[in-house]
Amino acid sequence: MKDLSLFLGCVIPNRYPGIEKATRLVLDRLGIKWSELKEASCCPAPGIFRSFDKVTWLAIAARNIVLAEENNTDILTICNGCFSSLMDANNMLKNDEALRNEVNMHLNKIDKDYKGTIEIRHIIEFLHNEIGAKNLNKLIERPLELRVAVHYGCHLLKPTKDRLLGGWECPVFFDELVEATGAKSIPYEGKTSCCGAGGGVRSSMLETSFKMTEYKLLGIKKAGVDCIVEACPFCHLQYDGGQVELEKAGKQYNIPVVHYSQLLGLAFGFTPVEVGLHLNAIRSPDFEAMIAQIQKKGMS
Amino acid sequence: MKNSEILTCFQCGTCTGSCPSGKYTSLNVRRIIKDSIKKDISEQLDLWMCTTCYNCQERCPRGIKVTDAILSLREKAVKNGKILPAHRAVCKFLIEMGHAVPIDDIHIAIREKIGLAQPETVTKYPRALKDVKTLLASTGFDELIK
Ligand code: SF4
Ligand code: SF4
Repeated sequence: MKDLSLFLGCVIPNRYPGIEKATRLVLDRLGIKWSELKEASCCPAPGIFRSFDKVTWLAIAARNIVLAEENNTDILTICNGCFSSLMDANNMLKNDEALRNEVNMHLNKIDKDYKGTIEIRHIIEFLHNEIGAKNLNKLIERPLELRVAVHYGCHLLKPTKDRLLGGWECPVFFDELVEATGAKSIPYEGKTSCCGAGGGVRSSMLETSFKMTEYKLLGIKKAGVDCIVEACPFCHLQYDGGQVELEKAGKQYNIPVVHYSQLLGLAFGFTPVEVGLHLNAIRSPDFEAMIAQIQKKGMS
Repeated sequence: MKNSEILTCFQCGTCTGSCPSGKYTSLNVRRIIKDSIKKDISEQLDLWMCTTCYNCQERCPRGIKVTDAILSLREKAVKNGKILPAHRAVCKFLIEMGHAVPIDDIHIAIREKIGLAQPETVTKYPRALKDVKTLLASTGFDELIK
């Protein structure tokens, strides 16, 4: 296995930098050999750019992939959108010579050449395949006794023939990683349904996208959980920012939204501020007090 | 997307029944597939209500790549000049800053507060941003969304 280059994308460094910080902390704690992928751009976002022009989408993705090829590292993504764009582009370019030649013609203008020598990983897929929930659990010092609604996000799982993570209708690998932290994954209605953000819907039809988000939030609320855990900053934004918008319409949910990097950070004993929970739009004093309580218990 | 594949659609409606967007919007993916065989549907706003969740593609009993078909239909609509203003704005961000969601002053300040320097992306490296711009010009993307 190659070392990893951390691919940040757009939403994490530019909107939720707390997730970036939490990811750095947990990768170091896990002893994973990683470095930052320098000079990377937008993945580019699959919803809009892949819909607009396939060759442009491939060329920008290929440039990001080549940056890692030059370091001989695999790419680690912490966003389902980045995972989807980079993995799908990597597969297409590896398997289609004509397309590869076309894209390389553009890349050659900036002295780059796509070779197809690396793999694209996602932090959930990586932890599941390379470490495993059981081993991860052994590293946890402060089991997080939380009730969690796990949201996989569409592009972590689908298309299933490319993701190779099993079926999408009732997957378990992410739940297992959540439960490795001592939390309990609570089933809820609409668990595998979309958050509503993808495909350029959030950017052009915000109201429409929130209808899908609200369906999710209703199911999650009914299940009675302490927080939502996802592994995609776009889903994170949709749930966190979406609740603020829904509040304006008099609909209160007040469910904290936590990226898996942040959850794992908490289980390793980093404080809520260290993993950037305070940078969420939806703050819950009850939730933060609960985490403080658990962490205090772990210390004694 | 090969047209021959779409022609095997027997209008069962599994795609529409699996669609999270269609529950709340006028998006009827079965009809989109049907209409796309006979006519140009570039004008249909419904094309842009799809979140690309892939439910339809996963469940289609004929194995039609339904979501991929929507992506191709969108590409065609864009080539016909049908670009929503909000999407055009996101494209301009990519062209100017190399990011669909660029950094702003608020988040530079937040990063500083939590001990993070500038992101190690094109934001920090002007030469890398220039490469991205060169690529977008080379593929004709900047002309496409003008
Ligand atoms: S699920 Fe497949 S076969 Fe059935 S209507 Fe949709 S595209 Fe046609
Ligand atoms: S991919 Fe699009 S059309 Fe298909 S089920 Fe999802 S939202 Fe509906």
